[in-house]
Amino acid sequence: MSDSTAIPHGTQAVADTEHSAHAEHPPYQRHHFQSVEQQADTTNFAMWLFLLTEVMFFGGLFTAYLIYRNWYYPAFVAASHQLDVRWGTLNTLVLILSSFTMAMGVWCSETRRKNGLVLCLILTFTLGMAFLGIKTIEYHEKYEKHHIPGMHYSLQSFLDPASDEASASYGDKPLPLDMARHTEIYFFLYFAMTGMHALHMIIGIAILGYMIFRARAGAYTTGHVTFVENFGLYWHFVDIIWIYLFALLYLISRHQ
Amino acid sequence: MSEQAKHEEHQHHVTSPVVYIVILFLLLVGTAATVWASFIDLGPWNPVIALAIATSKAMLVVLFFMGVKYSTKLTKLTVISGIFIFLGLISMTLADYMSRAWGRW
Repeated sequence: MSDSTAIPHGTQAVADTEHSAHAEHPPYQRHHFQSVEQQADTTNFAMWLFLLTEVMFFGGLFTAYLIYRNWYYPAFVAASHQLDVRWGTLNTLVLILSSFTMAMGVWCSETRRKNGLVLCLILTFTLGMAFLGIKTIEYHEKYEKHHIPGMHYSLQSFLDPASDEASASYGDKPLPLDMARHTEIYFFLYFAMTGMHALHMIIGIAILGYMIFRARAGAYTTGHVTFVENFGLYWHFVDIIWIYLFALLYLISRHQ
Repeated sequence: MSEQAKHEEHQHHVTSPVVYIVILFLLLVGTAATVWASFIDLGPWNPVIALAIATSKAMLVVLFFMGVKYSTKLTKLTVISGIFIFLGLISMTLADYMSRAWGRW
């Protein structure tokens, strides 16, 4: 540690006691913590505080969705029929599996299994990429059908449902023009919520890439698991957001 | 292994992979159940069932994958108060929307 070399000669005695203090705790324990346990609890607490700000952030989007769905109910039902429940289910499975591989990664880190940790991180990384790939397929379909809100938004699927395969399969009836126009709000919220979720996935995947690199050098298998553990919390949180997005965007109007 | 390292491992709870596998299985069952339930017409109960299953799945993730079940009281209190404030904010917002347009919704 660099701080002990910076101490002037006059306080050599203090420096010596600090040196002996070093010997008593592992190198990854910061000096302002009394014990490794206290350090781990503190970082865990901080991570949860961050996740709660994320809950509030996504909570705002979920509340907006809830209110607009109640206001423009027929539009939201018709628009949600445009989502393919098969892609949504597949993505849910992919994300749950990735949460499992991440949890196993934390276990490998705790039990100091370097190869296992690297494998788990690579699997989590790959499953995260698979999720984004499937999301791209879905986004592309919305693009082709002009269901992205904006200048080129098309109401055809909702004014003339018989012309649209997805709407026709649900036996949707044509919406009046003023209600059909509100489907754009559904798609705005769909892109805002899944887009913000995907952004969290992209950030997570980037950090995973860095972690794979570090784990191969043996970084997280020396007893210091805090980073892997707290990243795990983030990854599981992103999974939980998707569990709710899947239920609210894909599922709750399936039967109509 | 030094005394220090033994002490640390005693403090730090390590969840067994068996628990993770069981939770994975339950989450997959929950996903199948929620997709299946969404195709049955339950009237106003469809969203309720979907959210109830989603919340059960989220609780499994929070308690076991995120390890809150084995964490300190401080973490437990933080998580519970966070959820409480979130639900409070949502219900106050919805109460406002409902009461402003009373009878017109």
